[in-house]
Amino acid sequence: MNTTLLTILIISLSIFAFYYAVYKIKSAQSLNTKHRPLHSYYGWYCLFWTIFPALLFFCLWTFCSSIWIDKTIINIITLSINEEGATNISLQLNAIKNAANGILTDQVPKEILSNYISLNQKSEFIRFIATLGIAIIGLFFLIRKINPDLRARNKIESILMVLMFIASFIAIIVTLGIVLSLLFETLKFFSDVSPFEFFFGTTWSPQIALREDQVAASGSFGAIPVFTGTLLITIIAMCVAIPIGLLAAIYLAEYASQRTRTIVKPLLEILAGIPTVVYGFFAALTVGPFIRNIGETFGLSIASESALAAGLVMGIMIIPFISSLSDDVISAVPNSLREGSYGLGATKYETIILVIFPAALPGIIGSILLATSRAIGETMIVVMAAGLTAKLTANPLESVTTVTVQIVTLLIGDHEFDSSKTMAAFALGLTLFIITLILNVIALKVVLKYREKYE
Amino acid sequence: MNRILSKSQNIENSTNKRHRKEKRFKSLCLGAVIVAILFLIILLSSLAYKGLSGFTKTTIQIPIYFNEEIIDPENTRDIAVINKASFRKIFKQSLLQKFPEAKDNRKMYRNISKIFSRGSTYLLKKMVLDDISLIGKTINVDLISSSTIDQLRKNNINIKVPESDRPVSDATLKIYDQLNTEGVIKKRLNFSFFKYGDSRNPEEAGILGALLGSMFTLIITLLLSFPIGVLTAIYLEEFAPKNKFTYFIEININNLAAVPSIVFGLLGLAIFLNFFGLPRSVPLTGGLVLTLMTLPTVIISSRASLKAVPPTIREAALGLGASKLQAVFNHVVPSAAPGMFTGTIIGMARALGETAPLLLMGMVAFIVEVPTSIFDPATVLPAQIYLWADSPERGFVEKTSAAIIVLVLFLIIMNSLAIWLRRKFEVRW
Repeated sequence: MNTTLLTILIISLSIFAFYYAVYKIKSAQSLNTKHRPLHSYYGWYCLFWTIFPALLFFCLWTFCSSIWIDKTIINIITLSINEEGATNISLQLNAIKNAANGILTDQVPKEILSNYISLNQKSEFIRFIATLGIAIIGLFFLIRKINPDLRARNKIESILMVLMFIASFIAIIVTLGIVLSLLFETLKFFSDVSPFEFFFGTTWSPQIALREDQVAASGSFGAIPVFTGTLLITIIAMCVAIPIGLLAAIYLAEYASQRTRTIVKPLLEILAGIPTVVYGFFAALTVGPFIRNIGETFGLSIASESALAAGLVMGIMIIPFISSLSDDVISAVPNSLREGSYGLGATKYETIILVIFPAALPGIIGSILLATSRAIGETMIVVMAAGLTAKLTANPLESVTTVTVQIVTLLIGDHEFDSSKTMAAFALGLTLFIITLILNVIALKVVLKYREKYE
Repeated sequence: MNRILSKSQNIENSTNKRHRKEKRFKSLCLGAVIVAILFLIILLSSLAYKGLSGFTKTTIQIPIYFNEEIIDPENTRDIAVINKASFRKIFKQSLLQKFPEAKDNRKMYRNISKIFSRGSTYLLKKMVLDDISLIGKTINVDLISSSTIDQLRKNNINIKVPESDRPVSDATLKIYDQLNTEGVIKKRLNFSFFKYGDSRNPEEAGILGALLGSMFTLIITLLLSFPIGVLTAIYLEEFAPKNKFTYFIEININNLAAVPSIVFGLLGLAIFLNFFGLPRSVPLTGGLVLTLMTLPTVIISSRASLKAVPPTIREAALGLGASKLQAVFNHVVPSAAPGMFTGTIIGMARALGETAPLLLMGMVAFIVEVPTSIFDPATVLPAQIYLWADSPERGFVEKTSAAIIVLVLFLIIMNSLAIWLRRKFEVRW
């Protein structure tokens, strides 16, 4: 309510700022004939200085005051804990926050709750007044400054340049954020579990024991079975996707008429556009049982969460990644090569196999690498259709687990951030990130190098 | 002479062989295309086959006597009194009236009550709260059947297997048949599927909560990723000096586009939730993570469409005295706008279908309430699908498929919008 009113007020203030600035510059301009500035820039300039400082203050205040309130409350709680004995402080804080939202009000001390609520109300009140005040000050300050000698356009342009620069910086910040957050947690993990055990150990059972005497009480973090499981499913997927995708690409690039191409290509790309959760559902409910039933008729016992089902469906999903890119690469092979081959009397098949395919090979390998990285990082299909227990096996009929499945199962639901169980997920995530990064970099390099050769 | 003839014979033979090989190869390639399309058809038709029945429900009409003595014995007509009244008793009384033989037979009564949805008493209460004049009257009410009966009507339950192997007992089956011959069992469109949030009972579960959660999340994603992405693209394409730093940014963006989505979830978990302490399970944080994920898509497609604008446009604007920024923002960007919108819509469609990072952001909880703002705990459509797909009840299978149909429908709409935009506004220079 408070924020809604504030938003409405600020927006109306900024609209007023815009039109008033335009009005003012128009009337000032009629007195001064030397400059003929563009009016709207003044409006935008005024609007920017009305909104921007106020918005900045709003965000900063919200962030800082919430931290400050948390600290104050924690202080109060620690004081009261001395009387009641040790309790988890952050848990208490959460309980108070929930209570302030009307959940389980009776489980927290009344005084602290009312203290929290009143602090919050004060902070919100100050925020409301100050934000509005800053907006009004900005507005008046700017309106006074407006005259034809003010180079509003130049100012707006430099503001825009700064905004654009900041925006393009975000991509770097994100990459940095990924690397740092993964690295930080992984290093913490490796101080608990040695990297040697993680990369070369062969038992993966990250569950932390509830009782002291439970089997595998400490949890063991040998990730080899997880990696081999990922590898197995990826290989199955590529066995499906590479032949189908490549042959389809050859058909589309070399044999199909223009009309078939315009129909078939988008149809194949639909396969890439279907959400992976849909594939997961399909794999778990249709393909998995289907494969198991087939196995039963041959007297084979196949796990219902077999690697085969997950890999097969993942392969279907990957087809368009290979076919689309390979199609582009094959089409980019210069026609002179084809014509030269036909001129020597080769059939189309011979031309494709002996001339076009070698010429397009680097690009095709690039597309396969990209598709592989997609398969390794794919999550939902394996989460829904592959198993949870890590088994060191190369049998596609058994159930295996993958890196992404383990990340999800370790991190889903509530968890503390300092157990080695959650940090193991980050170590897996870092491994995944690095592997896919290497694959992508190689693939992009190969594709780019190849393109330069013919252009 | 003979040798030449045999040679030409040989050549003819090998030519035939080569041509046959050619034909084989062509049909192999065609086969690959057909197999791929066949996969698509099987996938979509199996979903449609399973899911379309999820849009209907089964109702059973029985007379309900809204006994005044139970609901409001003192005739106060006070809402608080009605709220407290036991509608379970009303329900039981009416059922016993309809099936008098179950009066002293608790087992039979249990079988009968299993036919109806567990939410039936709430429905009765809501009816009375909506229209107080019902008290004291007997009317025919279409009660929603339980999920098992719904599946039975849809022939999803094999009644030929022994009793212990199927979810309906023989007694329930008998009652069902009796009701069926009376003609009170009806098939209806399941509008409540779009009106309610999640539920533990398949017959009451709806996707409104997930739809709104998806909407709020996408709004955040759109509001952040479009301006940031477009500004980045404009800067990199039009203003950035060609130096190592710019090259580094470009490499970064290209790599981010190929990072597995789950890694973005890890990033969001470590930074947004753990470091900044933003709330879990809310569209705000989900939208932030999806923004990071869609940014590369928006940037790359925006750059491509900016690149497609011929330099003559820029030069003409500069020649007429426009500043560099005026030339770009007033002339180049408007011509590139359709391409930017297309790229953004495609990025949004991908964000709509994304599940993995949101699982880590806690947007996969069982949430009954329908979210009303970006700060309310919510789940998104794909996460709802994932949740339902994990539920063991048979009734959730068709709900999952129905939700998938809704999701795919939205994706089709968004992608067709993108294609339409491109066809309609794209300028070929």
